[in-house]
Amino acid sequence: MNKEKMIDKKKLSGAEILIKALKGKDIKVIFGYPGGAVIDIFNLLYDTDIDFYLTRHEQGAVHAADGYARASGKPGVCIATSGPGATNLVTGIATAYMDSIPIVAITGQVPTSLIGNDAFQEVDTTGITRAITKHNYLVKDIDEFAQIIEEAFYIATTGRPGPVLIDIPKDIQQGKTSKIESGPINIPGYKPTLVGNMKQIKKAAEFIEKAKKPVIYAGGGIITSGASELLIKFAEKINTPVTTTLLGLGGFPGTHELFLGMLGMHGTQYANYAIMESDLIIAIGARFDDRVTGKISEFAPHAKIIHIDIDPASVGKNVRVDIPIVGDAKLVLKDLLKVVKPKKNEDWLKVVNAWKEKYPLRYEKKPNVVSPQYVVECIRDITKGNAIIATEVGQNQMWVAQYYKFDKPRTLLTSGGLGTMGYGFPAAIGAKIARPELPVFDIAGDGSIQMNIQELATAVTKNIGVKIVILNNGYLGMVRQWQELFYNKRYAATCLKTGALNPNKCKKVEMPLEYSPDFVKLAEAYGATGIRIYKNEEVKGAIKKALEIEGPVIIDCIIDSEENVFPMVPAGASLRQMIGGMA
Amino acid sequence: MKRIISVLVENKFGVLARVSEIFSSRGFNIESLSVGETLDSKLSRITIVVEGDNVVFEEIKKQLNKLINVIKVRDFTGVDHVEREMVLIKVNLSRKTRAELMEIVNIFRAKIVDVGKDAMTVEITGRDNKIQAFIELVKPFGIVEIVRTGKIAISRNKKKEENNG
Repeated sequence: MNKEKMIDKKKLSGAEILIKALKGKDIKVIFGYPGGAVIDIFNLLYDTDIDFYLTRHEQGAVHAADGYARASGKPGVCIATSGPGATNLVTGIATAYMDSIPIVAITGQVPTSLIGNDAFQEVDTTGITRAITKHNYLVKDIDEFAQIIEEAFYIATTGRPGPVLIDIPKDIQQGKTSKIESGPINIPGYKPTLVGNMKQIKKAAEFIEKAKKPVIYAGGGIITSGASELLIKFAEKINTPVTTTLLGLGGFPGTHELFLGMLGMHGTQYANYAIMESDLIIAIGARFDDRVTGKISEFAPHAKIIHIDIDPASVGKNVRVDIPIVGDAKLVLKDLLKVVKPKKNEDWLKVVNAWKEKYPLRYEKKPNVVSPQYVVECIRDITKGNAIIATEVGQNQMWVAQYYKFDKPRTLLTSGGLGTMGYGFPAAIGAKIARPELPVFDIAGDGSIQMNIQELATAVTKNIGVKIVILNNGYLGMVRQWQELFYNKRYAATCLKTGALNPNKCKKVEMPLEYSPDFVKLAEAYGATGIRIYKNEEVKGAIKKALEIEGPVIIDCIIDSEENVFPMVPAGASLRQMIGGMA
Repeated sequence: MKRIISVLVENKFGVLARVSEIFSSRGFNIESLSVGETLDSKLSRITIVVEGDNVVFEEIKKQLNKLINVIKVRDFTGVDHVEREMVLIKVNLSRKTRAELMEIVNIFRAKIVDVGKDAMTVEITGRDNKIQAFIELVKPFGIVEIVRTGKIAISRNKKKEENNG
């Protein structure tokens, strides 16, 4: 008998290879939704100890995987079926792509023999997601499958992280092969640069030494690379004020005396002034997004720019850069700390601190409504910042960015790049699963929360104690704010109370309860708890009560329907042109 | 400004779509594109001709490099290189014009690859200006059809490219 035949090579099906690989990668949590094209995978999941979370919409699954990844630093995994299952993932994949979040999305596909036939529940998933994934795969040969899974996780989690999708035809899931192990990874076109060029780093140190008005501008890269501690050391050594992007919040302590808060469209006045006056910007893991720079031609007119980023394509994309350094923020900072000399910057810090005192973030506490900024402050006070805050998108998101002083990385989950309404709640679910010991809030608007409200069922059935705080103004608040300021108060299609395109009546309808839905009843309908508050005096009590309740809770806060987010730099204006700074 | 860019990629399905998407998603019209295997059958080379400004072009090169399947991007702008395109031109033919056409073909060192009763097909290879001049000269005879391969380019430098095989 042939020797090879005697050694009975173990064969596995595609679905078995997938489960084996996920277990090998220590994947403990998967979010998803079943369907005909992934039924073989689910059939095997049935017998594993992987925690599977059935969301009520595939979009919920991908955002939850994203929230899990942001909160834990580990890759998030989600599964959806072919066709509509896959297309429902698209927004969440794009969200993760824009914010560089490691996700591996697994989709089922019709059998290879049917691909291209407009088969039932067939779409060109890899085609559709090509522009919003870091990379994607259509598995055509089962012998390559084990290697593909290995590569997918490697690509998703290394370099500038991002979502990777694997599209698996049904016959690949069912077929068998003896090639069940992956080999070493060798992708000739993918070799991320991690260590920064030392010559450039030394040059950066020289620039820093000479600078009179330096500012550190840090982004999400600080958090991704785990560079927060080093950033504090670096900032303290060179006594340089630090501002962050929305995604950088938590990357530098919000209570640190060198911290300027967020910059950009809804950044603090002092952060924006500091940038505009600075003679050196040290950008780390940030990409000069248009919401940050304002009018690009007028951005930081006197500043030289050092740009540290792991993605060479991000360096110099939006602004001219004097010293580009490609590398991992943590490793570059480590090297930079070795060569940079300590610095005082006394005069500059005096100027910056004077701005801080003169132009603080301020809001007015109005009677008979809840102040959204106060809600955010109370959550921070009560949890002492030991919580994870997810946000939706819009005013709620900006109030959180302004008033919650994030001290630790991975405590803010927000859709920065894509600005995805409906992100916060499922992301909060993912975060709570990743960090069950921490209180997790989703701070939402009454518009955003309705985009994935069905995930209340996920939270209730799995007893995931996420606290949803709805800042309820009856409007799509941020768009309404733009309409108020730049469109002559023509509130076209932003009034949720009437849902009308031209809602003249909208303003006349008095709160409370003349809107739909009634969030308290809605919470109850799902088996969750609902609390409604009308006044600032009720805020602390409601938060404490919500924290005492084990399961999911909605706190419906009735806020002033015309409350605005200030300060604000109008889109396309220079960072100097801030309105409402002293609201 | 016209530019030639040469992209060495893994020879896998979907790669061409990824590469061309980098151009199309930024509103760049690809003037010509040719693909072929290299000595190493695991690799292909894509030669792309586009028209565009510097800033966007630099960005496109970076984005191309970012693609997982892209191994090397080479820009021939300002690089000493040889470029060629092959064109097949089917031209109207009559007894009267035959001699004159053949003369033009000879002068241009083109090649007649097919002759019929009322048309002949000429193969011509060369740089842009040569091909353009030839087309202009045969136009009066009546061009029935024209097929172009798109440009390919190679540097004059002896050093061969990494992974070129």
